[in-house]
Amino acid sequence: MIKAILIFNNHGKPRLIRFYQYFAEDMQQQIIRETFHLVSKRDDNVCNFLEGGSLIGGSDYKLIYRHYATLYFVFCVDSSESELGILDLIQVFVETLDKCFENVCELDLIFHMDKVHYILQEVVMGGMVLETNMNEIVAQVEVQNRMEKSEVSVQCQPVAELISG
Amino acid sequence: MSDVVEKTLTALPSLLSLDPQPGSAKLSSTSKLGNLIRGITELTSKHEEEKLIQHELASIKDQVSSPNTSMRQMKELMVRAIYCESLGYEASFTYIHAIKLAQQGTALEKRVGYLAVSLFLNESHELLLLLVNTVLKDLQSTNLIEVCMALTVVSQMFPKDMIPAILPLVEEKLNHPKEIIRRKAVLALYKFYLIAPNQVQHIHNKFRKALCDKDPGVMTASLHIYLQMIQENPEGYKDLTASFVTILKQVVGGKLPMDFNYHSVPAPWLQIQLLRILALLGKNDQSASAVMYEVLDESLRRAEMNHNITYAILYECVKCIYTIHPKSDLLEKAAKCIGNFVLSPKINLKYLGLKALTYVVQQDPRLALQHQMTIIECLDHSDLIIKRETLELLFRITNAQNVVVIVEKMLEFLRVNTDDYTTIDLVGKVAELAEKYAPDNEWFIETMSTVFSVGGDMMQPDIPNSFLKLLSEGFDSVEEDRKLRLFAVDSYITLLQKEPGKLPQRFLQVISWVLGEYSHLKDELEPTVVLKLLAKLLDMKHTSSETKSWILMAMTKLCEGGAEVSVVREVSETYSSSMDTVLRQRAHELQYLSQDSELRAKVLLRDNGLRPLEVDSSLSFLDGFVSEALAAGAAPYKPPHQRQEELAQAKALSLEPYGLSLPMSMSSCSITDRQSPTLLSMSSGLSGDSAEISHKGGSTSLKLDGVKRVWGREGYLPQRAAVEEAAQVEVPCTLRSPSQQGDADSSHSQTPTSTPTPTEPDPEKQQLASLFFGLSSQSSVCLMGKPEPTPHRFRRKAKGVTDPTSSSLISTPSNVEKLLCNNLLDSNIASELAVSSAKQITELPQGLKTASCDVEAELTDIADIKQNNPSLIVDNGIVAAADEDPDRPKDLCLISHLPAELSELCHSEITPLCTIQSLVLSACHLQKEDSLVLAVFISNSSDSALQHIVLDLDSEQLEVSCVSDSPAEDFRGHSVVVYQYSLTVKRPSIHVSIEGTVSFQLPGEAPQAAQFSYKLPLTIFIRPLTVSTEEYGTMWLSFSHDTKQNLTLIGDGQEALTATLNVLKQKLQLHVVEIIGQEGILSCRLLQDQPCLMHCRVHAGTLAVWLRSPVPDLPDCLIYHCQRALQEY
Repeated sequence: MIKAILIFNNHGKPRLIRFYQYFAEDMQQQIIRETFHLVSKRDDNVCNFLEGGSLIGGSDYKLIYRHYATLYFVFCVDSSESELGILDLIQVFVETLDKCFENVCELDLIFHMDKVHYILQEVVMGGMVLETNMNEIVAQVEVQNRMEKSEVSVQCQPVAELISG
Repeated sequence: MSDVVEKTLTALPSLLSLDPQPGSAKLSSTSKLGNLIRGITELTSKHEEEKLIQHELASIKDQVSSPNTSMRQMKELMVRAIYCESLGYEASFTYIHAIKLAQQGTALEKRVGYLAVSLFLNESHELLLLLVNTVLKDLQSTNLIEVCMALTVVSQMFPKDMIPAILPLVEEKLNHPKEIIRRKAVLALYKFYLIAPNQVQHIHNKFRKALCDKDPGVMTASLHIYLQMIQENPEGYKDLTASFVTILKQVVGGKLPMDFNYHSVPAPWLQIQLLRILALLGKNDQSASAVMYEVLDESLRRAEMNHNITYAILYECVKCIYTIHPKSDLLEKAAKCIGNFVLSPKINLKYLGLKALTYVVQQDPRLALQHQMTIIECLDHSDLIIKRETLELLFRITNAQNVVVIVEKMLEFLRVNTDDYTTIDLVGKVAELAEKYAPDNEWFIETMSTVFSVGGDMMQPDIPNSFLKLLSEGFDSVEEDRKLRLFAVDSYITLLQKEPGKLPQRFLQVISWVLGEYSHLKDELEPTVVLKLLAKLLDMKHTSSETKSWILMAMTKLCEGGAEVSVVREVSETYSSSMDTVLRQRAHELQYLSQDSELRAKVLLRDNGLRPLEVDSSLSFLDGFVSEALAAGAAPYKPPHQRQEELAQAKALSLEPYGLSLPMSMSSCSITDRQSPTLLSMSSGLSGDSAEISHKGGSTSLKLDGVKRVWGREGYLPQRAAVEEAAQVEVPCTLRSPSQQGDADSSHSQTPTSTPTPTEPDPEKQQLASLFFGLSSQSSVCLMGKPEPTPHRFRRKAKGVTDPTSSSLISTPSNVEKLLCNNLLDSNIASELAVSSAKQITELPQGLKTASCDVEAELTDIADIKQNNPSLIVDNGIVAAADEDPDRPKDLCLISHLPAELSELCHSEITPLCTIQSLVLSACHLQKEDSLVLAVFISNSSDSALQHIVLDLDSEQLEVSCVSDSPAEDFRGHSVVVYQYSLTVKRPSIHVSIEGTVSFQLPGEAPQAAQFSYKLPLTIFIRPLTVSTEEYGTMWLSFSHDTKQNLTLIGDGQEALTATLNVLKQKLQLHVVEIIGQEGILSCRLLQDQPCLMHCRVHAGTLAVWLRSPVPDLPDCLIYHCQRALQEY
């Protein structure tokens, strides 16, 4: 199971935090700090797996991360997940983000944090991998976007009237 | 009005810049968020950020609570709140509004609401209850997106108790025409299975349907569930092996639609999942493995493309091949594959290759040999993770020949490592290796010194403990022991003379203990020199007070009068006025003992380390003090749980159903006024002093008034004091103060205190025997003439890792119980006991007694009952010795190896655990009156002797403690040794399992190891708990964990309840407390004294069951077993 998904930038600023196991608020922040500390000191030419952060729980847990330009994508998983499988899942997730935001960058993640969450929800649900097929994920997000657009266009109406009036 | 206009205007620019692209269509709602973010990025200090966020939160707070805020604005506010929370600032005031948004908003607003809820709240948050109705409504919605959102939030977090409310709806979704809905429903059910397995038990068939779903996505989702269930119980799903193999075959063969390809690999994640499942199913099962060989071969062959994900599949393949029953040509291919991993220039693959090697070397050490050079290269790799993984691998292949090199490598790594977690882990490993394979004394002591200095104060406390234990117990040769100790003294003196300031506290403690204990071995060493060195340590400012007390203890051992007196006096004067009470006490001890050499010789025996100490865990030497205090009017001691119970009783208003039924049952009880020892024992437990009650046995009615069952009221005391005086045969020992700290010290430096004579009633002891022990079961055993205490050896011979403190310091509880039984017998109530125990034994698990027990004449009728009831025995999976199948001579033969006190107990079937070469491991469990003993038989069928046998057991759910180690570490050919472990439940779970490893060595060969696991149902830990109705009522109120469920009734009409409860009583050994009309109450306990109460009521043709216990998860597990028991019936 996936225990947590953390995205932070090169300075350790959290950009997306998703825990699938309950931790108290301050514990969460501590985990983010510790994880950043562990991940950030690693070169780019070492392996993408890390074991034994003391906070998120002992030997059964593993951090699997990827570093893209300014962002770190870190998945904390237990032993029931395949290391390389998760590594490619991160890739799928990032490619999906790229497709949805068209050339995704850190700013997209900041300004559309909610949206990133919705995309993530289509990939991982309650700590379980739901979908690994990028086209399928994008299709689900599209369905939601259509709903959004129809609602926005309805709301635009009164505003336009107000301006003209 | 102007407010509205202003808001509209601020929203304008973003609306106008509305981008037609789908990706960025919603800037409109984030302009304020945009400002906030921009504001934050411009800030330079944490402090400024805090100020800005507080300001932001305040403004959000204003707006959310204003009634004019529309849902749409609320949505935008919620996103801002999420942002603030993600930065670590609490916005708890928005939680309720998030729920409101999910409840009332349109689909789009709902989405934000649900997101916020799932980010803010956790499963046990009370506000979550407000969400249940919304989820219920959305699950029924015709809008697919709403259904999806509801399922997503349910799988993220949902209150456990509320699952039944939505379960039917989620189940219904399994038949939904849309595959995405079916898929999410499957995952939601999986989540339910994880948090409350008994709730989804009835829909296992539907899981099977999901597995056969026409959509591969739904099938993939169902594999999550199967992986979990098969992990828990591989036996139950063997019939699915062929199906999984077929699925994998189809996937590998490219039968899935192209959509499922990832980098032209067909459904890789699905393949990984399937391979994991197959590994679990094929483990230790030759026939199941045979089905898989072909498809595994196919997978290996197909996965040749050079992409990351194919390696993921290969890795799982290799692991699977090495887990299932071996097939040589597959193993060969897998080995080649591992080689490719290890040799790969890609670092991730190297990592996995090392992992795979570590996994594999236990079965095939040659493989490590093949890749020797690569492994050595990896040791010097720049990536610490790779290095660590390599050391882990080396750890597994260490033997007496290579230990020096490997440990050196490990220590090298430790010196540069900065990660605490790794240090703790590795230090433990070095210590283990050093203990196991040390080539000579010097090396051992030096290695351990490095371990202590590097490991510092982070390392596991059992490392220094077991080191000291090893030193004090020694090995087989006296001369060797002396040399080892002498060397330790030498090297520590040298260390102290250098720079003791840099040594960690734990190391200093070890040093001072060793010097205190053994520096006399070195003839030319003057005690004064050592004392001065120790005194220097005391003066260092970094020395912690715990260390100081160790040092003072050491000094106490060293001062023999003479020249050292001056040093000692100075020290003791300094610390006898210390603020720290422990230090002050040590200082006083030092002062007195240094002056009184006679007392000192008596208290601090030299070389008594080998003799087991009798520890008076009941603190009976304090009896005099207690009775004096009581006589002087002190309030009697009440154990915490009793205090709690009284508090619970004192509550004026109770809405619990038992509050109502209490008065009735109480009166019924006082009318009967029987003096059964059951009642006695329970009430004595509650009052905390049963000796007294047993003395005035006739007045039971007095004790029925619930609240005031407290002893020490006037009238009791004179009698009590008289009893106590007789008990004071023992000299109180000054050193045996409760403030005793240095555990290792105390176990070796104290005089054995005489145990109190068993015939003296001892209230303290009875207090120790905890509340729910069910005195009755012990007393009956006593009557049978078999009061066997568990044999406890204080001395550890095998060098396995055991906790020295627990085994050496605490005397066996059964000793206490035995005393307790005797007390009662001597209190002239033996006859009553006999009568009641006859009654009790019929209720007791039959498995507790063996047919061969010599039963006293008056109890022969019980034996008859037992023989008439063999079915019960079989139900519990326990085969009494008398019922043993005659055609299983092997079992019988193994059983004959059990120690005498165990061989008469009833044992389960002997299950083979694992076999490596000529070593066969098998195990069975034995039911004792108040414990469960696991006996592991190791039989050596070869001609040669085996060496260094180490058995290591561990369990997540159980507390496994070694009762007795095998007498010999090496053992001859064609012989059997038995290891005994006592098991108690640490964390209840439906099935509990024990994982273990065994390692051994043939002379002149590399060590070998194998892993095994042993599984037990929770039911064998369940014992009846005999309580009266009003005690039940009291307990019911004080328990906090509960669960409710409806069960099917057995039979119908008036007798249905009784019949059903009787089934539960028979199968699960629950105690039926009382049946009143359509309601019944039952009780049981889990070893050791973890009670669980059950309330049943017949309602609309089903049995509404409510379970309560102070132990989390116990009610859930028990209800599962009740359900099973009734189904099986």
